[in-house]
This record gives sequence, C-alpha cells and structure tokens, in this order.
Amino acid sequence: MYTFHLDIVSAEKSIFSGTVDSLVATGELGELGIVPGHAPLLTKLKPGTVKVTDHDGNVEHYYVSGGMLEVQPHVTTILADTAARAGDVDEASAIAAKEAAEAAMADQNSEIEYAEAAVELAEAVAQLRTIQSLRKKMGK
Amino acid sequence: MAVGKEIRTKIGSIKNTQKITSAMEMVAASKMRKAQDRMEATKPYAEKIRGVIGHLGMGHTEYKHPYIIDREVKRVGFIIVSTDRGLCGGLNTNLFKNALQSMQEWQQKDIEIDLCLIGSKAGAFFNRFGGNVVAKTSNLGDQPTVTDLIGTVKVMLDSFDEGRIDRLFLVHNEFVNTMTQEPRVHQLLPVEKNEEDELKHHWDYIYEPDAKELLDVLLVRYIESQVYQGVVDNIACEQASRMVAMKAATDNAGDIIDDLQLIYNKARQAAITQEISEIIGGAAAV
Repeated sequence: MYTFHLDIVSAEKSIFSGTVDSLVATGELGELGIVPGHAPLLTKLKPGTVKVTDHDGNVEHYYVSGGMLEVQPHVTTILADTAARAGDVDEASAIAAKEAAEAAMADQNSEIEYAEAAVELAEAVAQLRTIQSLRKKMGK
Repeated sequence: MAVGKEIRTKIGSIKNTQKITSAMEMVAASKMRKAQDRMEATKPYAEKIRGVIGHLGMGHTEYKHPYIIDREVKRVGFIIVSTDRGLCGGLNTNLFKNALQSMQEWQQKDIEIDLCLIGSKAGAFFNRFGGNVVAKTSNLGDQPTVTDLIGTVKVMLDSFDEGRIDRLFLVHNEFVNTMTQEPRVHQLLPVEKNEEDELKHHWDYIYEPDAKELLDVLLVRYIESQVYQGVVDNIACEQASRMVAMKAATDNAGDIIDDLQLIYNKARQAAITQEISEIIGGAAAV
C-alpha cells in the first residue's frame, strides 16, 4: 500500500503532519482527490473540509478557510489560511489601520499634552484645597 | 522608640515594590515560554511557502511578479513592530534607535519614508519624533492572529502595488535567547532571492487556475506570514526582556533594603548608646 506525507500548516500553527493514504479537498476549480503518485500540482483551495484517510483507514476531517494545496511527488502541503479571506473584509481592515494612523497624527503630542494637563489639574486641586482649608479657619 | 521611623517606612515601601517586580518577573517567565512555543509554531508555514515561491520563481522565468523585481528607489516603507507595554528594559529604545539609523541612511539619499506602526510604543514614539505614519495598529495582546495584521500589511502592499513605495522593510526584535534580543531590519519587498532555493527541480506543477494568479496570492500570504512572525518574535523578546529587567529590579530592591536596614540598625544603636551615656552621666552627677 502506498502512502505519502501530508502537512497542513497555517501561519499560526501546524495543524496536521503525518503519513496518509489519501486526501480530498475542495479546490477552486472543483473537488480534488489526492492519492500517492499524483502529478505535482499547485492550486488554490476554497473554504471547506479536508478529508484525510490514514494508513489504517481512519478518516479525519479538517476545516480550512481557504489556502493553497501543493502536491509534490512524496510530500503534499496545505498552506491553510487562518480565516476566511474576502477582498472587502481585507479592505475594511486596511481602512481601519489607515484611520488609526490618521487619528494618531491628528492628535499629535497627545501624551505630552496629557502630562501638562495632569500637572495643571494637580495644581488646581491643591489651590482648591488650600482655599477650602482657609475658609474653614476663617469660619472658625 | 521613634528612631528611624522614616527608614522603616521606606524599607516597607521598597519591599512592596520588590513583591510587585518579582511577581512580574514570574508572569513574564511563563508568558515567555508560551510565546516561544508560538514562535516555533509559525516556522513550518514560512518555510513551506518559501519553498513553493522559490520553485515558482524558478519554473516561470517569463512571468516576473512586481514583488520580485528590483526597481529604482524613490520612497521606502518601514513596518515597525514594537511592544504595547513598557517595563521591558531597553527593548523598544534599541529597536527605535536601529530603525532611525537605517531610516537616516535613506534620508541622506533624499528618499522619503512611509511608516507603518504595530504596537502602541511605536505609536507614542513616532508621535513625538515625527514621521509620515500611514497605518497603525496596537493592542494585539499576547496572542495576536494573522487577521489582526492583514489591514496594516495591506496598506503597505497597496502602496507598493501603486508605486508609492519601492521598497518595504520590517523592523522587529529577534529572539536569540533569553538574555539576548537583537533589533533587526530586513527587507520584505522586493522579495530577496535565496540562493539556496536554486535546487534542481526536474518537474513542474500543474497549475489550477494559473501560475500568475497563484503567485499573487502566495506572495501576499508570504509577506503576511513574515510580518506575523516578526510580531510573534517581538512578543517573545518583550517577555524575555521584561523578565530580565524585573529580575534586575528585584535584585536592586534587595540591595537597597539591605543598605537601609544597615543604616536603620546603626541609627538605632546610636540612639541606645546615647541614652545609656545620658543615664550614666545623670547618675554620675547625682
């Protein structure tokens, strides 16, 4: 019985690594079954499950939210995305990052100003306290 | 006996500080171990994706992706990864010094710089220092995800695509070991060709749908994973550096307590001696 080595990795961690009999995944152009001896292939994956059958016939399912499938003569690698990727979602987060930068630029010296304001506040509070204690004394 | 009351209070307050610093040291030590594990976990992805890109670049010499082509430099981009919190020794300061140095090299050639900041310490620093910040993200926590970084990376990739920047660098701390963290500046774009990738491949892939499209996606993922690795690396550095800094602080607090204790004992002894001599003097007078 022939087997091949399969690695499923994402940027954050290694999800699976071991010797398997076959694998079924959803490629961009359709379902794919990979068995030992498959021709070298590189394809994009759609979000979906990857069905892995190991040597003893045990079947395991892994969910991938898209990624890449690379088949080499003896090694197959799935480069899984960590989250479903859609153009507009990426765009939205890019805009958020830009806005954060603009906000930071607009509030230049915010930290220094904060420190100055804190000092002023402390002075004001001290003055207030002095006035209050003076008033008390006067009242007596 | 009222001798050395201030000294006793001071010793008490330093002891409290010492408790805090030693607690922080222990927390940092355990976080560092987890961060190191996470650092290890990111390595296989980067290696695999590098391998595939190397192969693709080799097999398809007729299609050159813009991310691979070296072009004339008119403007450069820097992604600077810092920590979100302080109390981690000179980690951020060293990093910024290093970043400024390489930024200066470009400025001397009259090349402008766009900045992309990750971590609130970088935000605070460049707010004061100045610089053209185009993207910013902070408060990623101890377990950042790639999703947290997509936006900031995309801003830089977009400006590279549109020709606004011609080179992109990543600045972060590299975890060498617990005692050593080194600030590193390395080039993300254009992707530097690795000579070791020039392996002898006698076969080519079947591409679905086609090589160009796949390479586009792969390169973006590659850059993202590089930045992510930088961020994870930096977190391990932060914890290691904090652990060392807090250990030093705890030790210093111990030294100060010892010194103060000695002064306190001397003062007490002096007071006792004085009292005795006063009593004896009084008795002799009677």
